[in-house]
Amino acid sequence: MQWLVLVIVVVMLTSAVAVLLLNDFLAALAALSVVSLGLSVLFVILRAPDVAMTEAAIGAGLSSLLFALALRRLGLWRRRGQ
Amino acid sequence: MLDTGLVLYSGAFGLILIGIAGIVLSSHLVRIIFGVALLEAGANLLLLLATWHEGAAAPIIVAGRVPDRMADPVPQALVLTAIVIGVGILALALSLALRVQRAYGTLDMHEVRRRMEQDIAGEAGIDLPSSSHAPAAVQTARQEGGA
Repeated sequence: MQWLVLVIVVVMLTSAVAVLLLNDFLAALAALSVVSLGLSVLFVILRAPDVAMTEAAIGAGLSSLLFALALRRLGLWRRRGQ
Repeated sequence: MLDTGLVLYSGAFGLILIGIAGIVLSSHLVRIIFGVALLEAGANLLLLLATWHEGAAAPIIVAGRVPDRMADPVPQALVLTAIVIGVGILALALSLALRVQRAYGTLDMHEVRRRMEQDIAGEAGIDLPSSSHAPAAVQTARQEGGA
């Protein structure tokens, strides 16, 4: 169990750094939802299943949707080549 | 060998630190909002860790039987609320970013701040505030611009 926690924490911290360093905003958004999903798995391990469900649905789902719609409106929704 | 609590606490503090670094160091408004989201995630994890202990049971009462060593449900309810409020904060921040881009045409915070100071000084009819320690060339340029 503790190795699973270690792996999840390392993945979360790496993608949190990637959120700030990636030039592509779409990729940064994907890294942000990786952080949210890792957090919801950690909440299951911490024996808080209701919080994990809310985090997965609202933290990863709804806020990513909000960010995606806002990026489209801001004109930042493009791949690097385009 | 590795303490699970230590790993979890370092993850929470790491997320908080990375979020603060994103807010303070980046100049793009969307990246600042990304930093706020990271900070929120770290704060939620820290709040939930505050009363967790190794080998705790989930705070679910089945058939009227309370588990022996269950995790405290109060911070869990608070974190549940904080997650939902966090989405509201993100929506507000993103809508403000949309308004900033519509007003100034840019999302770079240095440019936005310069334009806002110009607008405020222009509305009040005063010179742009400048430091007395600024280089002499900048000060004369500002005085000539104001005169």
